[in-house]
Amino acid sequence: MTVTLDRTDLARPLALAARGVDKRFKIPEERSHTLKERALHPLRKRRHEQLHVLKDISFSVAPGEFFGIVGRNGSGKSTLLKCLAGIYKTDEGRIWRNGRMSTFIELGVGFNPDLAAYDNVALNGIMLGLSPREARSRYEKVIEFAELEEFQELKLKNYSSGMHVRLAFSVAIQVDAEILLIDEVLAVGDAAFQQKCFDVFIRMREEGRTIVFVTHDMSAVTRFCHRAMLLERGEMVMIGEPEEVADRYLELAFGREVEYDDFEVATPRMGDGAARVSEVWIGDDRAEKRAVAPQSEPLTLNVLVRFNEFVRDPEVSVSLFNEQRQPVVVATTSAEEEESGGFQEGELAVFSFSMHNMLAPGRYHPMVTITRRGEGLDVIDRFTRDMSFVVTGLSASGGMVEIPVQTAVDRWGVLPAEFVQPARGSK
Amino acid sequence: MSGLGTVEPELQLSELDQSMGQPIRGPRALDESWSRFWHLTYNIALSEFKLKFFGSALGYLWQVMRPLLLFGVLYVFFVLVFHVDRAKGAAGHVYGAQLLGSIVLWTFFAEATSGAVRSVVDRESLVRKIQFPRLAIPASVTLLAAFNLSLNLVVVMIFAVIAGAQPMLSWFELPLIILMLALLASGIAMLLSALFVRFRDISPIWEVVSQILFYASPVILPAETVRTELGHGHLDHILYHVYTLNPLVTIFQQFRHAMINDATFSAGQIMGSWLALLEPIALVVFIFALGFWVFNRQAPHIAEDL
Repeated sequence: MTVTLDRTDLARPLALAARGVDKRFKIPEERSHTLKERALHPLRKRRHEQLHVLKDISFSVAPGEFFGIVGRNGSGKSTLLKCLAGIYKTDEGRIWRNGRMSTFIELGVGFNPDLAAYDNVALNGIMLGLSPREARSRYEKVIEFAELEEFQELKLKNYSSGMHVRLAFSVAIQVDAEILLIDEVLAVGDAAFQQKCFDVFIRMREEGRTIVFVTHDMSAVTRFCHRAMLLERGEMVMIGEPEEVADRYLELAFGREVEYDDFEVATPRMGDGAARVSEVWIGDDRAEKRAVAPQSEPLTLNVLVRFNEFVRDPEVSVSLFNEQRQPVVVATTSAEEEESGGFQEGELAVFSFSMHNMLAPGRYHPMVTITRRGEGLDVIDRFTRDMSFVVTGLSASGGMVEIPVQTAVDRWGVLPAEFVQPARGSK
Repeated sequence: MSGLGTVEPELQLSELDQSMGQPIRGPRALDESWSRFWHLTYNIALSEFKLKFFGSALGYLWQVMRPLLLFGVLYVFFVLVFHVDRAKGAAGHVYGAQLLGSIVLWTFFAEATSGAVRSVVDRESLVRKIQFPRLAIPASVTLLAAFNLSLNLVVVMIFAVIAGAQPMLSWFELPLIILMLALLASGIAMLLSALFVRFRDISPIWEVVSQILFYASPVILPAETVRTELGHGHLDHILYHVYTLNPLVTIFQQFRHAMINDATFSAGQIMGSWLALLEPIALVVFIFALGFWVFNRQAPHIAEDL
């Protein structure tokens, strides 16, 4: 390993610095989990497959910085966070910190369901690095923030999962560390509590605390982070402005360039452009670019929308046209829920439409329309690009859809001969 | 970039630590902060203790009942049926108190060691989610067993006084006896909990070993009975020497002598001379050091190996 240093490293004390961090996991091919096996086969060479999880990662976080670490699943971002937290030992490289550090990889670590709030708050606080006295003195504040004053005597096992999370989060933020390592614990609790958490993070940022935040929520990255780092397969792809990193992440995650601009030039679009449909795909994985939807299986149509300005309660509707340009299915988000909420400038969102595939075999073209709620004709965007998919299946009755039909016969008996009319053409 | 260039990392980095701040070295058995280690150990043990104490309606009663029930069974079988207490050199009327005392010490040893086997694996969520001195886990198991021991010892001493034991100056030896037992138990606890992460058959192996240890320690049979019942051949001599090597023999026998009845042979008398006590004491120190060494080596990787 070589370590390259920069003069700036020495000029100011960094909150957190990593140089040449390398981490491998050993995966034994046959894991011998017992002494017996080891004793019976002492000479068997134990082969290890190595998983290279982090490759030569170096970065610095300045004091007061909100630093994002983003990457897809398996990119190594959580492993990196655990190395920073001191939970994993790095194989190579060094990490330094300046200041008290606290880790939120999971909320409520060490909570015991059979103890009441007080004991759990004390225990959890101690585990997060407080002294017992500090942990106990913060109890009132914790309970107040969690809004659990009435439930203090209750054992934790009788808490709802929401109450559990609220308590855990409240303990976590009472730990007054200068450096906080946070791993996507935000995606918990109801909307109101989530907002409260976001407020806390903004407050902490304003207080000048250093925060390292691991996530794959790009809107959170662009909202909070001063800088972000993108990891892919254990390698550092880039460090930079959150917006750039978020764009690069989306490219990686979705397999190719997100072509907002090209697209807008290529097709004259309807609507005022407050939001744009970037892409439409079927199935779970966008990168897979599925073009085939088997009949009588679940079919999900996903619409990636980029909001160019704040839009409240947009309605997204999808029409599926068959080859004869007839609309076979029309679905709108408003039918599902009262409000879809407000979307921020620069936010990306995927709207999904799931159905049981009862379409007749053939090629289908989706048309997506985004409108403002309640103003039916106020079109924001209409997507009619040449995306299509083919429905495959054996059931082709000739109808436009293949709705399962129950058939039955009820025999009413035979009419007297005089009522029987001769069939035409018979002699 | 005005880089300082590429330098030998070891040389460079040791100097660097000063300017870069505190290095993060990954998980270890113990870190710089002893107070954090102690707070964690104490509070984990305390919360477990509270759970046992207040967890069920009869709570603590069961904790006391377990050694008492074992005592009852052994007493009926070995005293009322087989009259072990009347064997040569046995302590007669205080045999019951000695039996109970040994059982309580044994219970501590069994709780600390058997309880430690699965401890690290069972606290997986802690190990994988937060950084803390890993040693706190087996240490808290030993401490929890010590909480129980201290309450059980009160029962033993009440029992002993009722049975006719006289207060003695040698009662002050108790901390030393307990210290030796605690060192032995925590050494084994560290060893077992670290090994169990990689070898899951440690659990049945230890069950068998601790069964053997139970009968190879002066719980039922006082050490002097073993000595008098064994012959005087060469083999008997070796066998007796192996028997006395077991630190539990020293610990339990000295407890019987110092705490209950000084007419009973002391550990020194059992061994032949006080100097011979160095053998089991050295063994305890060795087991403790070995346990710590193994645990310390395993500690950085526990989170990955689980």
